[in-house]
Amino acid sequence: MKPAGYFLIVAAAGLALSGIATLGSSVPAHAATVQITMRDLEIAPAAADAKVGDTIEWVNDDIFVHSATARNGDWDVTLPPNKTVRLVLKKAGAIDYYCRFHPNMKARLTISP
Amino acid sequence: MLVRLSAAIAAAALLSSGALAQDAKPTDPQIAHIAYTAGVIDVTAAKQALDKSKNKDVKAFAADMVRDHEAVNKKALALVKKLKVTPEDNDTSRTLSKNAAAKLKELSALKGAAFDKAYVDNEVAYHKAVDGALETLLIPSAGNAELKSLLQTGLKIFQGHEQHAEHLAAELK
Repeated sequence: MKPAGYFLIVAAAGLALSGIATLGSSVPAHAATVQITMRDLEIAPAAADAKVGDTIEWVNDDIFVHSATARNGDWDVTLPPNKTVRLVLKKAGAIDYYCRFHPNMKARLTISP
Repeated sequence: MLVRLSAAIAAAALLSSGALAQDAKPTDPQIAHIAYTAGVIDVTAAKQALDKSKNKDVKAFAADMVRDHEAVNKKALALVKKLKVTPEDNDTSRTLSKNAAAKLKELSALKGAAFDKAYVDNEVAYHKAVDGALETLLIPSAGNAELKSLLQTGLKIFQGHEQHAEHLAAELK
């Protein structure tokens, strides 16, 4: 379990690298970890960007079971109370997802190839 | 009509029964007892629905109720223990329990679609009443910050339940 700050740095580095990659160089993009938190029945950030190969780390800070359920059926991750669950992204797309148990919790994850 | 009537009864039970209506605001030990009792009532109703209903959506809703209300009550128990508060029985809790027992009995006589409709309608009414009581009475009266915060979390999740129940009630029509 690494401190949250570490992931933010890694995520920032990942974004920086992806910026370089779009310039046409062959620099291999390192997989990043993107942290998304479910707290007080809200998903933050409500819109996040990631790339195929990145890991999403959903942190459930609530006392309730939540889920991260893709509307297109790509994934359905159950998040027990006060637990963190990781998912490696395998497919690109702009995915709207929600909590199956609390459908008011909605967010979007934009996954670039 | 039925919904409105039960909502009125439930609201009356919460807001204008016994000591709470006339006297000053409820104390923290009373608030803890009322909130916990309200949760237990909904879990019991949900378990009856899980037992009796054949409708997939109704069962899924009931399972959500068990899971969420048990989570809140577990947290509430841990909190009162931490704060060394003993929940105190009171007229509101007693009226709630009495009405809930009557409703449970009434629903036990129903079957199939009639049961589903009565259960879901009552869930709409019940959550409306509980949310109203949380908003106007219990949260404003709570003295302890952690208790207030838990009640606020409860309100947020129960408002979601109310919407879910309303949605389900519309589908069952």
